[in-house]
Amino acid sequence: MSAIDENHLHSDPGIDGHHPHHGLATAAQGEAASPLQRERAKTIFQKGAPGRRAFVCPPSEVPDVDGEQLLPARFRRTSPPRLPELSEPEIVRHYVGISKRNFDLDSGFYPLGSCTMKHNPRLHERVAALPGHARLHPLQDPDRAQGALELMYNLQGALAEISGLPHVSLQPSAGSHGELAGVLLTRAYHEDRGEKRHKVLTPDTAHGTNPATVTMAGLAVVKLETDADGGIDLDDLRAKADGDVACLMLTNPNTLGLFDPNIEEIAAIVHGVGATLYYDGANLNAVMGLSRPGDMGFDIVHFNLHKSFTQPHGGGGPGSGPIAVSERIAPFLPRPLVARLDDGSFTLEHGPAPEGSKSIGRLRGFHGNYGCFVRSYAYICSLGADGLKDASEAAVLNANYLLARLREHGVAEYLPLAYGRLCMHEFVLSGGPMKKELKIKTLDLAKRLLDFGFHPPTVYFPLLVDEALMVEPTETETKETLDSFAEAIAAILAEAAKDPEIARDAPYTTPVRRLDEVAAAKRPVIRQALD
Amino acid sequence: MLAAIGVSSVQEIFDRQIPEAVRLRRELDLPQGLPEQQVFAHLSELAARNTSAEDELSFLGAGMYDHYVPALIDMLIERSEFLTPYTPYQPEISQGGLQVMFEYQTAISELTGLPVSNASAYEGPSAVAAAGYLAKLHNGRRRFVISAGLHPHTIETLRTLAHGYGMEVVQVPLTTGPAGGVTDPHAWARAIDADTSAAIFAQPNFYGAVEDAAALSAAAKAAGDGGENGAAGAPVVVAQVDPIALGILESPGACGVDVAVGEGQPLGNRLDFGGPSFGLFAAREEYLRRMPGRIAGETVDVDGRRGFVLTLQTREQHIRREKATSNICTAQALNALAGVVYLAWLGRRGIVELGELLLARTHYARERLARLPGVEKLHEQPVVREFALRLDGDVDMAAVRRRCVRRGVNPGVDVHELSGREEDRGVLLVAITERRSRADIDRLADVLEAAIVAERDPAAARSSLGGTAQLVGEDPVADEAVGV
Repeated sequence: MSAIDENHLHSDPGIDGHHPHHGLATAAQGEAASPLQRERAKTIFQKGAPGRRAFVCPPSEVPDVDGEQLLPARFRRTSPPRLPELSEPEIVRHYVGISKRNFDLDSGFYPLGSCTMKHNPRLHERVAALPGHARLHPLQDPDRAQGALELMYNLQGALAEISGLPHVSLQPSAGSHGELAGVLLTRAYHEDRGEKRHKVLTPDTAHGTNPATVTMAGLAVVKLETDADGGIDLDDLRAKADGDVACLMLTNPNTLGLFDPNIEEIAAIVHGVGATLYYDGANLNAVMGLSRPGDMGFDIVHFNLHKSFTQPHGGGGPGSGPIAVSERIAPFLPRPLVARLDDGSFTLEHGPAPEGSKSIGRLRGFHGNYGCFVRSYAYICSLGADGLKDASEAAVLNANYLLARLREHGVAEYLPLAYGRLCMHEFVLSGGPMKKELKIKTLDLAKRLLDFGFHPPTVYFPLLVDEALMVEPTETETKETLDSFAEAIAAILAEAAKDPEIARDAPYTTPVRRLDEVAAAKRPVIRQALD
Repeated sequence: MLAAIGVSSVQEIFDRQIPEAVRLRRELDLPQGLPEQQVFAHLSELAARNTSAEDELSFLGAGMYDHYVPALIDMLIERSEFLTPYTPYQPEISQGGLQVMFEYQTAISELTGLPVSNASAYEGPSAVAAAGYLAKLHNGRRRFVISAGLHPHTIETLRTLAHGYGMEVVQVPLTTGPAGGVTDPHAWARAIDADTSAAIFAQPNFYGAVEDAAALSAAAKAAGDGGENGAAGAPVVVAQVDPIALGILESPGACGVDVAVGEGQPLGNRLDFGGPSFGLFAAREEYLRRMPGRIAGETVDVDGRRGFVLTLQTREQHIRREKATSNICTAQALNALAGVVYLAWLGRRGIVELGELLLARTHYARERLARLPGVEKLHEQPVVREFALRLDGDVDMAAVRRRCVRRGVNPGVDVHELSGREEDRGVLLVAITERRSRADIDRLADVLEAAIVAERDPAAARSSLGGTAQLVGEDPVADEAVGV
């Protein structure tokens, strides 16, 4: 609770079904009048005073030149941007203060499904901050950035080995950017063969980024059904796989936390009609060192370095989404690539593609999110071959253990596993029976979990599961944490059986309570009004 | 734990789910794991083989700049509460991150003079491509008209992604001669018509020149207006802006720009060999519901307290799927935090003072270097913190740069190497930040002059060293290398 425990909100409901309702409602009302709370709700634009400052400008040191000569008046800004005016201590207090209104992975359990919230070792921040990495300019001559290029080359090699696909581009900025690269690669591959294929198959369990990406790449989405076991419906696939299909985008294990048992047949069907198979790497944390997308028949994979490889998520980025591809896709990879020369040195071309290149071109400026590469490379060096496998095994063990503990507590009666019996690194429960029997929705359960000091699992995804709750504990968590989380879920259900209102009005102990999202969208206020 | 699950081993969990044919029955071919101190030593050793802006006097720019990053940014972005959460899907426990987004959006709106900002895009060039996608969704037209003054990486990125969503890209050249260096206004107006979806330029442009943004915007709107029956009026005018120049340059909004995008790195983000940084993305009100990416909005909770949420999510991929305005999910929240903290640190006066400082020093540097023998300005347009020089045709740029870096001075970017354009041969792009003092600029001038002289006449250069026994091998230049 420490991260969200403001000093005026100290009541911890514990896991004993304690009813916090009335006392806290009073506390909240009293708080609205407190000067401290009013100060907390202010943005930085509402703080400070004219003339205050943190920055001291260095002297120009150069001869004065007439301003008009430097920059003619017609180009000059007539009224400067109304930035805040504060001293450094005010800025520090402001941001430290609002930081405490965040829950974070370092403070507690964060079982957000498909997000792989594993520990971010502090070593990674230390090495990424070394000036040789952090102050290296992206256009430094390659012969004087050999350490960086070697790091990128080694990371490319490690990702190739982990995925079982030999060619890697580190350039994409995030998973969805990697997906876009992948679909553009597929398109380029088919166009190079003189084929115009316009359909991309995506299962109904797919992440929303998959269909959104397909549209951005100028292709059309065709949805695939899920079968009774939670995998791709093979009959539906056979019916829809034809010569117009460019690609099948698949997450495996999928967003139900299930490894598709028919993966070999799926690959055979897709390849049989000349299409490519794309692997959404969001769930790679289940299979590192245990099963490789390349060996499953995938042609293109994206990685989420901010999931499987510990780049801290930063509250919504930065991420990094490298891609690995098979031989037949390699000629189309985005540029530039890092390569090793015969003399053992490394190269990287800053300029345009050479004549005759089949590359789809750049996806962004420079070479990708190098700072993320440093962290993920440090992670791979720390864990090594055996450690990566251990991580995936522990992640899968933890997910199955948590699932079993929930069953022991009788939770399955209200929150049954949507598909299957075992799971990989995550599992999806259906809150349908809970809603019917206990009169609380998955959203209410999630909000009540906040009072117990846990970040809730992913809710209402995948879409095909009624009242879905998607739980991914990761290898980071101890048995004790998993036990207490299972107890908390059981306690909330028991509480709801007596009084569903408690969960429906939750949370009570957070810096703010349920927020009016409808009003926010109806009349959007997306910046601070200024004088 | 195994007993609770009902299996006899962890392997059994995998065996029961993954078909044998796709199991990896060997260890990954990677080195074994290392203890923390050895990983630190390895990564330190790699860092030591890079020549960073710490190790040489660097005038590299062309999209990323060695500005000073204040200490409080390091402190704040390393706080667990900002560093380690996911995207704020649960607003009740994410008010810190959401408020940062709201403040960031406010700051970007102020800088750009445009009322609507998202919470960050990936980085500069891909933000331009995202603006193009917005324009395509908005007016359904089929062509982008772009200025040749865009960064080469921006042009290549836009071409890659525009090919995906089926757009034609037409490039307008820069002017030449005495008034050279900016987007050719006549060619610009000629290229834009009622089929033009977006008209895109950079401010300042890639060669450092300040463009007449108001004139380009007005011309684009006049030339591309489809008339009353035309599709959604005029084309969307997009400017790729340098945010640090916006303390002194007229805002894009005031110049008639519809969408301002840009590379956010100069605002409190380190170089990091090119990323992560953030892309800024701001627009006029009418584009609000076509914006890509996260947007934080203000609201109240059930007790009436002020709070913030992710809003207008019906634009986004997790709701709209194939009909989303963008596929972006994870963006650059932590880098955007650094950006808004930097702007708060600079403050209302500081951003103007810093802009004036950059103007003055850049002007000084440009005049100083343009007086060197064999060096001339590429153009006479006003510049803010970067300018382009042309070296004499008979001077080998690569050799000159090599001579400079051996003396610990990186004189800037060889533009031809970056753009591949024939007309960029011999063009050097020099960036000046507040970290480069007058003495640093003078040193650059001296070292560059010596390098050019030596390249033009190696014999003279050798004799000028006067037998000081500083010759290293066949290299006539004194070896003052730092960190190489």
